[in-house]
Amino acid sequence: MSETALWLTILGAGFGTWLLRLSFIETWQWLSVPPRLDRALRYVPAAVMAALVVPALVRPESVVDLSPDNLRLLAGIVAALVAWLTRNVLLTLAVGMGVLWALQGLG
Amino acid sequence: MATRREVFGAGITSVLPMLPGIAPFGVIAGLTAIGTGLSTTQAMVTSGLIFAGASQLAMLQLIADGAIPAVILLTVMTVNLRFAMYSASLAPHFQHLGRGWRFPLAYLLVDQNYATSIQRFLHGGPDGRVHGHWFYLGGGVTLWLTWQTSTAVGVFMGANVPSGLSLDFAIPLVFMVLLVPALRDRAHVIAAVTGGLVATLAADMPLHLGIVAGALSGIAAGMMSDPRTDQDRDS
Repeated sequence: MSETALWLTILGAGFGTWLLRLSFIETWQWLSVPPRLDRALRYVPAAVMAALVVPALVRPESVVDLSPDNLRLLAGIVAALVAWLTRNVLLTLAVGMGVLWALQGLG
Repeated sequence: MATRREVFGAGITSVLPMLPGIAPFGVIAGLTAIGTGLSTTQAMVTSGLIFAGASQLAMLQLIADGAIPAVILLTVMTVNLRFAMYSASLAPHFQHLGRGWRFPLAYLLVDQNYATSIQRFLHGGPDGRVHGHWFYLGGGVTLWLTWQTSTAVGVFMGANVPSGLSLDFAIPLVFMVLLVPALRDRAHVIAAVTGGLVATLAADMPLHLGIVAGALSGIAAGMMSDPRTDQDRDS
């Protein structure tokens, strides 16, 4: 990407994100939130986070790999358990990276 | 009655327990930006303007993959759609303010100060609504400073950390911690499973639209498996 395109992307992403944040705060007095949209938005965090996590684990090399050779999948499963049990970012990072490095060292 | 200053301070205190979770995320955002080839200025402006970690990391991943700007913007907006939900929820509490307040308050809207502020506005009794925007401002400014500082640490480290440490793996690890509290019932689990599956299968789609396709499919699946209808949703 050219330097100009990169800058425009960063600025556009910032402005667009601000518009989403401002959306209903600004329009509340003359626009009610449609109930269907309200329901749809409730599922955004679960759907988005899963869409970001799962491909990173099951296809790290641009091919779906569910074998034990996929070290990121193995480390990810252990880290998912830690995330589930503790909800702690630092601990999940430490365990996930630690397991991945250990597996890479063994391999 | 609490003074503005006291309410502002209470807002700061309310987000303090969350800072240890945000700081490593910010460091990763800074590190990844440098790893993706952004300049120091671009990395800091990214955190300064967008101020939303998950979308920043998704954006960096797509830049690394060579996606076109339109798709990157669409993905960032999809990842940040939840802010529209927070915006709708907070709107009634900000209507007495002018734009001079509303515009900057909107800019400071992130998961953490939404959670603490709406809790106070709705369940804090009459005291909870007094100077409510000062409470939100205290939390928002604290989170903003933490995010910018930790990004700067990551940017500095990014120039000095050796490659080959697989540090990009930290990104899905952070998302996992964000995913767990979102799985609050069966419909949300179905939304997540569908989102993950479709994003994986669609990862080979042209134009890098996998994340957007996964997110939209997950939202649709969650809505369809939601037992509540529009009529009885308030009961």
